[in-house]
Amino acid sequence: MSVKGRSVLVCVLALAVGMLLSVSPNLGRAGEVYRIGGVFAVTGPSSFLGDPEKKSLELAIDEINSRGGIDGRRLEAVIYDTEGDPTKTVLAANKLISKDGVLAIIGPSLTPTTLAIIPLAEKEKIPLISCAAGIKITEPVKPWVFKTAQNDMLAVATIYEHIQKKGIKKIGILTVDNAFGESGKEQLLAQASKYGIEVVQAEGFGAKDTDMTAQLTKIRSAQPEAIVCWGTNPGPAVVAKNVKQMNLKVPLYQSHGVASPKFIELAGDAAEGILLPTGKILVAEQLPETDPRKSVLKGYIEQFEKRFQMPVSGFGGYAYDAMYLLAEAMRGSNGDREKIRDALEKIKGHPGVTGTFNFSPEDHNGLGADAFVMVEIQGGKWKMLTP
Amino acid sequence: MRNILFAVAILLAGLGISSPYHFQLLTFIGIHTLLALGLNMLMGYAGQISLGHAAFYGIGAYTTAILTAHFNWSPWLALPAALFLAVLIAFLVALPMLKLSGYYLGMGTLGFGMITYVLIREWSGFTGGDSGLVGIPPLEIGPVSLSSGRACFYVVWGTVVLGFIVCERLVNSRVGRALRAIHDSEQAACAMGINTAQLKISVFMLSAFLAALAGFLYAHLVSFISPNTFDFLTSIRIVTMVVIGGMASIWGSLLGATLITLLPEWLHIFSDYEMVVYGLVLMVIMIFLPQGLTRGLLDIYERSKRRAGVPSTTAKG
Amino acid sequence: MQEFLQYLFSGVTNGAIYAVIALGFTMLYKSTGLINFAQGEFVMLGALSMITLWSGFELSLPLAFLLTIAGVSVVGIILERLAIRSVRKPHPIVLIIITIGASILLRGVAMLGWGKDAHSSPAFSRNEPFEVAGATLLPQSLWILGIVLVIVTALHFFTRGTLTGKAMQACAINKRAAWLLGIPSETMVLLAFAMSAGMGAVGGILIAPISMSSYDMGMTLGLKGFCAAMLGGLGSSWGAVLGGLLLGILEALGVGFFSSSLKDGIAFLLLLLILYVRPAGILGARAVHRF
Repeated sequence: MSVKGRSVLVCVLALAVGMLLSVSPNLGRAGEVYRIGGVFAVTGPSSFLGDPEKKSLELAIDEINSRGGIDGRRLEAVIYDTEGDPTKTVLAANKLISKDGVLAIIGPSLTPTTLAIIPLAEKEKIPLISCAAGIKITEPVKPWVFKTAQNDMLAVATIYEHIQKKGIKKIGILTVDNAFGESGKEQLLAQASKYGIEVVQAEGFGAKDTDMTAQLTKIRSAQPEAIVCWGTNPGPAVVAKNVKQMNLKVPLYQSHGVASPKFIELAGDAAEGILLPTGKILVAEQLPETDPRKSVLKGYIEQFEKRFQMPVSGFGGYAYDAMYLLAEAMRGSNGDREKIRDALEKIKGHPGVTGTFNFSPEDHNGLGADAFVMVEIQGGKWKMLTP
Repeated sequence: MRNILFAVAILLAGLGISSPYHFQLLTFIGIHTLLALGLNMLMGYAGQISLGHAAFYGIGAYTTAILTAHFNWSPWLALPAALFLAVLIAFLVALPMLKLSGYYLGMGTLGFGMITYVLIREWSGFTGGDSGLVGIPPLEIGPVSLSSGRACFYVVWGTVVLGFIVCERLVNSRVGRALRAIHDSEQAACAMGINTAQLKISVFMLSAFLAALAGFLYAHLVSFISPNTFDFLTSIRIVTMVVIGGMASIWGSLLGATLITLLPEWLHIFSDYEMVVYGLVLMVIMIFLPQGLTRGLLDIYERSKRRAGVPSTTAKG
Repeated sequence: MQEFLQYLFSGVTNGAIYAVIALGFTMLYKSTGLINFAQGEFVMLGALSMITLWSGFELSLPLAFLLTIAGVSVVGIILERLAIRSVRKPHPIVLIIITIGASILLRGVAMLGWGKDAHSSPAFSRNEPFEVAGATLLPQSLWILGIVLVIVTALHFFTRGTLTGKAMQACAINKRAAWLLGIPSETMVLLAFAMSAGMGAVGGILIAPISMSSYDMGMTLGLKGFCAAMLGGLGSSWGAVLGGLLLGILEALGVGFFSSSLKDGIAFLLLLLILYVRPAGILGARAVHRF
């Protein structure tokens, strides 16, 4: 059993693997069911996005089904976990398209994972509605790619308008070293001059760093009048604690990446007075009755919290909106992807959780300024600031 | 002979499979096999550990990506550039690094991997930073585009077969024997007149070559790369492939890469329990088959054959 | 000057954490010659258990402290009994992969138990920062530094002064000879695992109040701790402390005088330089050959 035996063994193994792989795929839209694919970072470092997104997609699908589905057909979700890994995302998307035969894909949760499957979506001509924030996803516009998360550009603009109104001219920025922070940093630097703001010091921190006082010291020595921190939990909560520890008497702005109740819990009393832009979801109760999105928001919050027994964040809304947008486009399409894509592009004035969507051939994000409001954390609660 | 069988098996598999998902999966398995093969030459045969192998994978991928996406080079021109750069860096790194041994070598290579990762992320003008680099063209031969699943599959597995042939030749040559001598005892090898330093550097360069080749293929087949793909976890995953498959076994690289790539796909059904099961599987394999899958399964096979053989001989006696 | 002092404080805070984790690595290496890649997971378990016991169940601080250490030590013992000892022909790299598997397993279990979100805990004592020449330092940082020094001193006397400590070292030097002399080598290995896991838990307990704890915090911390242990010289307790502090301070100065985004790169570059000049680490006795 030397060379020959080994080779036999290897061949047998290879065959076995081949057999395991080539289980014939479930073909197409079986029967009267529309299959929708979901790819989210359900576990891994970005699970704070992917987990509520997965839950919200399931919620939206159940809601639509309970109202009789679309054109009399039920919806069915096939959801895979990407763990935030581009390679796994490519595999998952391939599986959704060729094995599960889905009609459209919702997700992924992150900019890099979305960029990784855009070539595939374009090649296979399958509508892709991403839940990631990066501006590179929809600019330049790709025919089959849409997205429901707000661009970082909008978030930065909302913050800068607030800073400008306060008469602040010099700011320091502190961004997390990942795609989210990088995109934020890009926008913060690019838009500053438009608002007459100077970025006097730009620093970064690792997503898992335990202490940011060194960065803040460097920022402090440049004497900014405000600090903008761009990251996702838990890093910004550490920043908030460090700012309090170092007794920096300047306003601290955070990004929409921390817009969840978790942030207040983590930062504790250091969260007091922090300003940030967020989707209206966190302040739904404080919205005027005239706001057309108030009912959508309240419905979503109520359903989500009832079903999953956890506080709602703005992130799940990306997938929830994506599903409802898709549902609107799917009506009357009879499962034709081309028709769905065309219908998506024509959607106007759709009131969603994240904002009001107005898609057009030039704009596949479709969100306007109403996607964000500035809030301040007061007494451990979000307080909407009147624009 | 084995390689011919292997090549035929690949040819048949390529004809028999139709689902793009399976092609994609097999393509990734092929790329991982190249990575594991390179590291196996270094770890299994020369006995030098590397915890930063993803760096060469990344150097290969980013070199070709930058040259083709930013400077409009043809991928076939970018290929030698990427390979040359990776091998050159490997040479420069190996010179001081291979002075170290054991855990210290592990630490050194880990540090090198981290530095490369940080540089890739920070040099965002060219690399696209954390968001990743888009617009890498697919491979083409003349007018034929190699972007379909089947074409990718053949390109990758063709490369794997070539890699296997080269490595097998090497292992069974004078160089291979010298390598094994280093693995067993560096001092003894030195005493026998083997230029251990030079040989170790050469193997390091060979493994960097294979990793860069894998990076080149990954970049052009996925058309997108981001730093995450080349981080510390990837380095660890490559080491795991080598050890699980079986050190000092060329076919072990194939087996290890296959298992580590397929495992997450199979474990999808466990959803939140996936990590627990994955960790358990790794531990159980290593506890019961510490020699790796190839050697371990062979042992089990031989033992069962002996057990089956024993009663018949006693009956005769 | 004020800036420099603040960088130093920041570096010492991080560095002391790295030092505790490095001590865990060193402790185990000294008695078994093994590097445990699940060390970071012990830190994570320590931090999360502490938060649950102290903030969740509202036990008193010392009780929560002891219970956490005991609990994590038990996890270490289970790991040794079930996984490490079962391997028939232990090759160091095989043991490494087993500990990597264990780290993934523990992370998965923690994710199921504590969820995917981060948690935070209040500080041990009053939380107003001290001010020294314009630079601020949290009392928690002093706690960390103090406990690190206590541990390393205790460890020093344990290995030099007690019979058990000497026996443990004897096992590491030559297991068979130690066994012939009547030292129960298996018990010693078990003890080493329990102690190093407990040490990891202490690290976690110390970090919990100054930072955020989540199921996936272990890997980064384990990596940094590993670097610190190598930097100081594997097997040397004082080396681990020195390595940890050095790594922390280098990182903070890297932020201050170069760029914060490059800080990991800078820290590792210096580390490679040190390894190049002194391959056995700063206080390491000799280059150790494994594999």
